[in-house]
Amino acid sequence: MTVLQVKVWRGGESGHYQEFEVPRFESQSVLDVVTYIQRSLDPTLSYRFACRVGMCGSCAMTVNGKARWTCRTHVAKVAAADRLEIAPLANLPVVKDLVTDMSPFFEKWAAAHGRFQGGRTRRDDFERVPPDSPQRGLVDEAIECIGCGICYSSCDVVSWNADYLGPAALNRAWTLVNDVRDTDQTRLAAVAGDAGCHACHTQMTCTERCPKQLSPTASIAGLKRLALAAALEGEI
Amino acid sequence: MNTRTQVLLWGAQRASAAVLALCVIVHLVTIIYAVRNGLSAAEVLGRTRGSGLWFGFYALFIAAVAVHAPIGLRTILSETFDWRGRSLDVLVLIMGILLALWGLRAVWAVFA
Repeated sequence: MTVLQVKVWRGGESGHYQEFEVPRFESQSVLDVVTYIQRSLDPTLSYRFACRVGMCGSCAMTVNGKARWTCRTHVAKVAAADRLEIAPLANLPVVKDLVTDMSPFFEKWAAAHGRFQGGRTRRDDFERVPPDSPQRGLVDEAIECIGCGICYSSCDVVSWNADYLGPAALNRAWTLVNDVRDTDQTRLAAVAGDAGCHACHTQMTCTERCPKQLSPTASIAGLKRLALAAALEGEI
Repeated sequence: MNTRTQVLLWGAQRASAAVLALCVIVHLVTIIYAVRNGLSAAEVLGRTRGSGLWFGFYALFIAAVAVHAPIGLRTILSETFDWRGRSLDVLVLIMGILLALWGLRAVWAVFA
């Protein structure tokens, strides 16, 4: 039987890699490997997962240097020479082992006014969004984001600029500025400038790594244009 | 610096990049033309001295550089050294003014 050599991050912000030998199975995912280690080799290993089928995004980790959903990553795809290095997501505080604290990630969603703000009450009729309207078409892909943090973890600008809101929060803001029902007039100013969309270098790592093949880069580019037009007109 | 100014700086950098792209191409073609035709320094100066067209072109080139470079440097310094605030803005403003002065001095030297 083939054996995988697996290095797993242990500890918090400071720590070390611990090596494990894991039997190689057919159609084995990286999440299977982590689960094997915890259940058969070291029950003190901490990691996070929920759905196991690529719907929740909670099993995101750094696998051989790249952020990935471990449940949707086959070992065969990433383990060259049967070696794996598994670490927590980058750009986030480490709680323990493979578990990160997602608070900064979601705090930036809040800072980007990522909350829908409607103008109707429960007594009003539904406000309709025409599916084929241009504004709705602009966010057709962007609304599929599930907030897993892969893009945030992969973004170099986040690592250079701690204030930068990051691809996911900006993508969320882009969906809302194009939502005809939303009434928040201050969102564009909140996501513009040095800590917002204009800090993006268009390196597109977020787009390359997004497990749902979304393009936060395109959303950010849209925000840049809208914010520049608003700034020229003195609206922000 | 307020958000509006930050956004306008971003816009100015993109606009100056577009101008620079054009200017660099014209500049390179000019150099290649001059070298391939074996023009001496005196012959080059003979064409540029008193030429409002060349003066206008290189003045525009320098203006684009003086806008583009300091804004880019501001981002690089901010991301590399975690340096933000008024001191950084003043430094890059001074750099922009110096670039414009040095550049215009050179342009004037081949015009006057």
